[in-house]
Amino acid sequence: MSEKPEKLIDKKGIRLDGRKADELRPLKIEVGVLPNADGSAYIEHGKNKILVGVFGPREMHPKHLSQSDRMVIRCRYHMAPFSVQERKSPAPSRREVELSKVIRESLEPSVFVDLYPRSGIDVFIEVLQADGGTRCASITAASLAIADAGIPLRDLVVACAAGKIDDTVVLDLYDAEDKLGVADVPVAYMPNLNAVTLLQMDGVLTPKEFENAMNMAIDGCKKIYPIQKEALRAKYMAAREELKEEVEE
Amino acid sequence: MSTLLTRVRQKQIGQMIDAGKRLDGRTLTDYREFTIEEGLIERAEGSARIRLGKTDVLVGVKIETGEPFPDTPNDGVLTVNAELVPLASASFEPGPPDENSIELARIVDRGIRESKAVSSDKLVIESGKKVFVVFVDVYVLNHDGNLIDASALAAVAALTNAKMPNYEIEDGEVKTKTGYSPLPMKSHPITVTIAKINDKLVVDPQIEEEQVLDARISMAVNDEGNICAIQKGCAGSFTPQQIIEASKIAQEKAAEIRKKLDW
Repeated sequence: MSEKPEKLIDKKGIRLDGRKADELRPLKIEVGVLPNADGSAYIEHGKNKILVGVFGPREMHPKHLSQSDRMVIRCRYHMAPFSVQERKSPAPSRREVELSKVIRESLEPSVFVDLYPRSGIDVFIEVLQADGGTRCASITAASLAIADAGIPLRDLVVACAAGKIDDTVVLDLYDAEDKLGVADVPVAYMPNLNAVTLLQMDGVLTPKEFENAMNMAIDGCKKIYPIQKEALRAKYMAAREELKEEVEE
Repeated sequence: MSTLLTRVRQKQIGQMIDAGKRLDGRTLTDYREFTIEEGLIERAEGSARIRLGKTDVLVGVKIETGEPFPDTPNDGVLTVNAELVPLASASFEPGPPDENSIELARIVDRGIRESKAVSSDKLVIESGKKVFVVFVDVYVLNHDGNLIDASALAAVAALTNAKMPNYEIEDGEVKTKTGYSPLPMKSHPITVTIAKINDKLVVDPQIEEEQVLDARISMAVNDEGNICAIQKGCAGSFTPQQIIEASKIAQEKAAEIRKKLDW
């Protein structure tokens, strides 16, 4: 970081990127973007650009990893070397290993894994550009990609972070706020089931602030949820239009 | 990380927890008895061994000199590494750290880092050039559940009794002198892990409970009683209400442990 701005949020409650405290960054989500994958999704969340491809259900390799009573979910979260300011080595870092694990665990509760014994799915997440909150955007897209692969889900998983910058609890931290802020609380949530499937925090918060931040993040999830669902619907609407045209011809 | 547990046993654990009881006679919110032994590795600058139930974790702290990170020229370096040593459990295998040991190391790291337990600004020898590098190595010797809390406690204990070599600068070279001073500490974070089993919150899960839990949540609490790090783990979920309840339990338990350790 070159120089730290004096304030991350001004007296009127406006943040460095012009947002209000409880305002999300612009979102763009697309489903079915990779021809070779069984399911895929692309998300732009602020300057985050993330691509997710899902393969399966398919036979597990190596075979001994398969489970006789359920499907196994594997997940790889990976950042492109050019996705951050200083080139990141393409070898998986400890952070990426941890994030792969917590992302997988955030998605697992949504999947009916017992419907596909002995099989597995692979969720590949590639962060093409990072701008803070990549794990949340990854989860939102990954859940869509799994749905796009035709795997039955209890609910979509949607994720959003809240945090504290200066003295204020705010929604959806971007890179500078994440680095210079006081705390960051990413949350993944299944709105229809009222279930939190990912929760992490770093930074210091009082119990009251933590409760506020978590509730703010959940509200953020509820705002992203309709956009997420609409992205899935849009893919099938497009497919339906195509089919109609073919029939008319 | 599972050793096999029969269905009958799984059911028994669930039923007992429904009735507010546990295999080892604890209530749902009881923490196991633990003891911490400090400074048992003379070669290490700091060390501590915790026995939490039958869970046994040894933490060694080594302090060396090295370069600071370019973006933090005025801070020392702290790194946490965890080894799930194969002799600790039939389910641990030799080899490079897997995701479980990496997650464990990163949870311990986050608790120490975010609470600013070590005064990293006091580890600087020469700004931007030379600093003390503190290596915290978590060595799991026997796995009987709740490695997170055991490792986090032992790590803070090991840092607390760690000694920093005295040094002087001679012609731009750092020379260590005889004698040591204590590692500058600002806070003693305490991490409390709570499992969800049959929709009930269970403090400090032992190994068999860990194999039936739906999800766990670990919260690090600092000296002021504020939360400084959280990690939810495992493929289950919590309701927001359960998380708030868990955070209250974590604060109570952390206060209890703090009193016992006089931190």
